[in-house]
Amino acid sequence: MVYIALIAEFLKIGLFSVGGGLATLPFLYRLTDRYDWFTREMLVDMIAISESTPGPIGINMATYAGHSAGGVAGGVLATLAIIAPSVAIALIITKILDKFRENRYVKRAFYGIRPAVTALIATVAIGIMKITMLDIPAYEKTGAIADIFSYRQIALFFAVSCLMRKYKLHPVFYIGGAAAAGAILGL
Amino acid sequence: MRELFEVYSVFFRIGALTFGGGYTMLPLLQAEIARSRKWVGEEDIIDYYAISQSLPGIVAVNNAMLIGYRRRASAGLLAAALGVVTPSVVIILIIAAFIKNFLHIGAVAHAFNGIRVAVAALIVGTAIDMGRKCLSDYRCIAIFLASLLMFALPEISPIEISPIVPVVAGAAVGVALKRRSGS
Repeated sequence: MVYIALIAEFLKIGLFSVGGGLATLPFLYRLTDRYDWFTREMLVDMIAISESTPGPIGINMATYAGHSAGGVAGGVLATLAIIAPSVAIALIITKILDKFRENRYVKRAFYGIRPAVTALIATVAIGIMKITMLDIPAYEKTGAIADIFSYRQIALFFAVSCLMRKYKLHPVFYIGGAAAAGAILGL
Repeated sequence: MRELFEVYSVFFRIGALTFGGGYTMLPLLQAEIARSRKWVGEEDIIDYYAISQSLPGIVAVNNAMLIGYRRRASAGLLAAALGVVTPSVVIILIIAAFIKNFLHIGAVAHAFNGIRVAVAALIVGTAIDMGRKCLSDYRCIAIFLASLLMFALPEISPIEISPIVPVVAGAAVGVALKRRSGS
């Protein structure tokens, strides 16, 4: 029963992903090892679509991933499951809001959580670079190390990275630009 | 009931107009919640945002819930949470249902190959920005490296560690470290 596993996994993600934005990404990335709900390549597409459509990115990703696993019902259930732990915590915490924020243990915990989450995102970043910029099948076919690199993709990566550093535009502009580049260059 | 529906519809609108992460909601919240409706003050919005980041889950949803609670207690909290996620669910379900029909078209497939490269650049950029804050602190770097090793382990070995482990371990180490240094 895919729905039960889906709800259980997204409850966990809702409870343990801290730090907003892409914090759910390492969890979704790890799901690709354990279930055949979606592949890592599909996950990259989900990120692009979630960044380019309205709504909080974490919710968009949950709906999308849930839909890949179990259709419309899967999308709705995954979204409800990912917010359920927050709802429960928020219901409790609103009564002691100011105390929670000033609590020194909460502050200390975050001192340790931030670098841990950074490491998770960094690992996913390396995985996505591998997917997008290395051509492992070509390398396996020819055995030539030069064939492992997708040179045009690598060039586009550096172009996009430089533009991102220089102009702090919304991600949707870079995604749109890269889509145009991909179509024109026939990547 | 009318007030609850208003909470739901205001956050529905905010969900539909927010692109990306939780911080992109801030200007909208300032305008819709603080200035035009005066449910909370503008400085409260900043406080709620800070707290939302320290709670597990999606920051934008946490933020909506805290404000919804101020307006109509627990019922307001639920209305705000459902309101802010509804546009996402509708839009993404529509896109997800149709995109498969387009992905096999040559130009679309090429475009998505380009898009994936942009996503790689985005995530690498995010990781660098997050990591930069950590660079001057060796304890922070140690936690980073230990977490990296833990999470990357399944790539090279059959041992699989959930991302939960580094997050919880990081929190525990954070609490323990600061106590010893007395800061």
